[in-house]
Amino acid sequence: MQKHNIKLNKDHAFRGLTALLSLILLLLSIGILFKLIISSNLSFNAFGFKFLLSKDWDPVQKLFGALPFMWGTFFSATLALIFALPISIGIAIFLSELAPIWMRQPVSFIIELLAAIPSVVYGLWGLFVLVPVMQHWVEPVLAKYLGFLPLFKGYPLGVGMLTGGIIIAIMIIPTISSISREILAAVPENQKEAALAIGMTRWETIWKVMLPYGRSGIVGAILLGYGRALGETMAVTMVIGNTPSLSLSLFAPAYTIASVIANEFTEATYKLYISSLIELSLILFVITFTLNALARFLLWRMKRFEEVKV
Amino acid sequence: MKRALKLALVIAIVLSFTTAYAAEILNGAGATFPYPLYSKWFYNYEKQTGVKINYQSIGSGGGIQQIEAGTVDFGASDAPLPKEELDKHGLFQFPTVAGSEAIAYNLPGIPTGLKLTPEVIADMYLGKITKWNDQRIKELNPNLNLPDMPVIVVHRSDGSGTTNIFTWFLGDVSSEWKTKVGSGTSVKWPVGIGGKGNEGVAGLVKQTAGAVGYVELAYVIETKMTHALVRNRDGHYLYPSIETTVAAASNANVPPDFYVKFTYSKGKNSYPIAGFTYYIVRKNMDRNKLSTFIKFVEWAYKHGNADAKALDYVPMPDSLKHKALTALKKL
Amino acid sequence: MKNLKYTRRKLTQKVMFFLSVVSAFIGIAMLFLILGYIIYKGGHGINLDFFTKLPTPVGVPGGGMVNALIGSTYLIGLASLLSIPVGILIGVYLSEFGRGAFASAVRFVSETLTGVPSIVMGIFAYSIVVIPMGRFSALAGAFALSLLMLPIIVKSTEELLKMVPNDLREASLALGIPRWKTILKVVLSTAKSGVITGIMLAIARVGGEAAPLLFTAFGNSFMNWRPDQPIASLPVQIYVYASSPYEDWHQKAWAAALVLMGIVLITNIIARVYARKK
Repeated sequence: MQKHNIKLNKDHAFRGLTALLSLILLLLSIGILFKLIISSNLSFNAFGFKFLLSKDWDPVQKLFGALPFMWGTFFSATLALIFALPISIGIAIFLSELAPIWMRQPVSFIIELLAAIPSVVYGLWGLFVLVPVMQHWVEPVLAKYLGFLPLFKGYPLGVGMLTGGIIIAIMIIPTISSISREILAAVPENQKEAALAIGMTRWETIWKVMLPYGRSGIVGAILLGYGRALGETMAVTMVIGNTPSLSLSLFAPAYTIASVIANEFTEATYKLYISSLIELSLILFVITFTLNALARFLLWRMKRFEEVKV
Repeated sequence: MKRALKLALVIAIVLSFTTAYAAEILNGAGATFPYPLYSKWFYNYEKQTGVKINYQSIGSGGGIQQIEAGTVDFGASDAPLPKEELDKHGLFQFPTVAGSEAIAYNLPGIPTGLKLTPEVIADMYLGKITKWNDQRIKELNPNLNLPDMPVIVVHRSDGSGTTNIFTWFLGDVSSEWKTKVGSGTSVKWPVGIGGKGNEGVAGLVKQTAGAVGYVELAYVIETKMTHALVRNRDGHYLYPSIETTVAAASNANVPPDFYVKFTYSKGKNSYPIAGFTYYIVRKNMDRNKLSTFIKFVEWAYKHGNADAKALDYVPMPDSLKHKALTALKKL
Repeated sequence: MKNLKYTRRKLTQKVMFFLSVVSAFIGIAMLFLILGYIIYKGGHGINLDFFTKLPTPVGVPGGGMVNALIGSTYLIGLASLLSIPVGILIGVYLSEFGRGAFASAVRFVSETLTGVPSIVMGIFAYSIVVIPMGRFSALAGAFALSLLMLPIIVKSTEELLKMVPNDLREASLALGIPRWKTILKVVLSTAKSGVITGIMLAIARVGGEAAPLLFTAFGNSFMNWRPDQPIASLPVQIYVYASSPYEDWHQKAWAAALVLMGIVLITNIIARVYARKK
């Protein structure tokens, strides 16, 4: 009897320990949010909600606003998504439908390795390889033929929005393609067979049946990729030009929330400045957290396909 | 699990062994302007004495913030702090060397001889001169074949004493700059692209055809960048160099808090964009660390001059060194 | 008429399939383009000095990155120490005990944390470790990295433990082995290889992170073995060297990128191959 109790106690203690640690994890994430809120209080008191709409970032006059950074962040991430989405879906279709069976594993493996390359290595490559190529080859050609569009106005610098968007695109392709591939692979055979049986071509089956069937999962994958794009730091910092601006031009240098933090956080010389940077990171935290939560929710709804792992 | 315990044990042992050397490590951070020199000093000093001084060049703004926050043992800045700031945070600053800033540019086919006036530089940074073949630049350089290229202005993206000196200079020469933008370690740039650190600006200028940027002289020499002749207050066109910096610095008057500004100073041979660079320490610094630090400063003042000159920094006159050391020892 | 329409549909299919092959080709080409260039540029910077010497100041030839190599290893070791035991136990909780709203909340928060940008973790670590401690330190850097590792480990542990058949648990409990021992000795050890894979992937993920280290571990031009002192790391060193104007430092940045990428990719490949075999 005695022994049995000890056994139970130990079980309880073990269970309690694991539960306690789980609680700590929960508190930790709430703690992060609170710490960010408290530390950005000063800036919030000074600027209120105008912080979100002001385009000033003027450390001399002590005026701070988030608009150019939010613009840069969303613009670059959206640009990246525009580049990455078709390629990612193409890869997913190739891997789940077209490629011979023996090829699928190795190719998906190779593409997933793109996600493993460290951000700073992308930045290094971007700075020394992509930037000169953009400045001397790609951007002048775009400017010549499409220069009438506001998107392609301005002088090709190499560093700037377009280059930033391309680098991020490469980085998020594996995220979107691997989840989409699993979702396509999980579409039940009978759905496909039914579509083929009514005379659809294989492409039409993919486009009109399989993709709509996995829609919410693919949207989840896109949101995950987009979240990653918004928070990308090192590679973007190295190629985007680090200038707060609201320009529509893809050639113009820009600044993202993550890169202004990386550049200025250790050197903000007074409290309001630091607080403004922390408020920026709070904004980034809230945006990415929400996007991720939404993505998880959508993917969770897809959980009926057991194979889908994220 | 066992392995984790072993690892923890090892770390604990290492910890207890190393704590003894606490005073033999100093951490510093700040200005990128004197970084080539400081890294050489610390490297040589470690070789000779075994004392490790870890210096990270994160920008003068960073140096000031981190010493105020107390996360480093000393900060470094090219922007001196005004007396109120020093008193408020209990800090002490003193100069180490003087340096000058070159106006570096990247124009294919123009390796030397580009002349610029302070007004033209200010208007480039205000976004009023946008082409290299602008009439005003042409007039200064009738013999050069200036290309029809946009002027790509490069500035610092981080808080920087280099920026402070440069914007002092622009404020000295352009009232529009003074009222519109002002001076400081970071300002709201009207135009241009940002690079992090002197390294970053130099890197961007080298990478981008048509670029112009202000870069500490040592970086310019070290990386063989093309740079302009700048007209000084007396109307002479000068390159930055040790001699022209000495000439400018000799006009500086030094108050007890060592807050010195000598941009755009008088004198036929005075280069207009120059300044001192500083160390900043807390007055209540740990005594062991302070004595380690003083020993280093003595060493640097005595044995560091050759290194300084080799990298185009200007060692301070002996009287100023003496003044700084005396004040430092009084802490 | 009907035939024509069919031909057009066939053509669409051909074009789309072609584009999808092109996409895959772009993806593969990207990897080899980046990999190849880094091997090409970094290759001749790799020599014995690189692995054994400290960095030299600007203009002094030679030198290496031993401080950053050791620093990265040290940071990852310390971060593992902080996150692996905790992560596994939370994973155990979620798979073995976790029911109801609390467990769902933990699961949700943990998954969502994986998407929080690493630089935000850096700021958090700065304000709760660096500021109170009064110094940049390896510990602060490791703390930031452990926050990034934790959710990955939690997730992989939970998933793998759930795959362990229930019969095994019941058999062990029937033998009179207490629940906690059953979990640690039977369930965990059955899933061991998978859990290790998860840990390796987490290490590979954070091993390349520079953003959370910028204002926590900071940097160090010397060797450091103390957790309370700033420490160098490969990713930060690459960033610093890449944005410098010195040819010599660019060369070192490429070499360091090659080494870092080699380590990260090899860890990744081993983990995946290992996972696949099981």
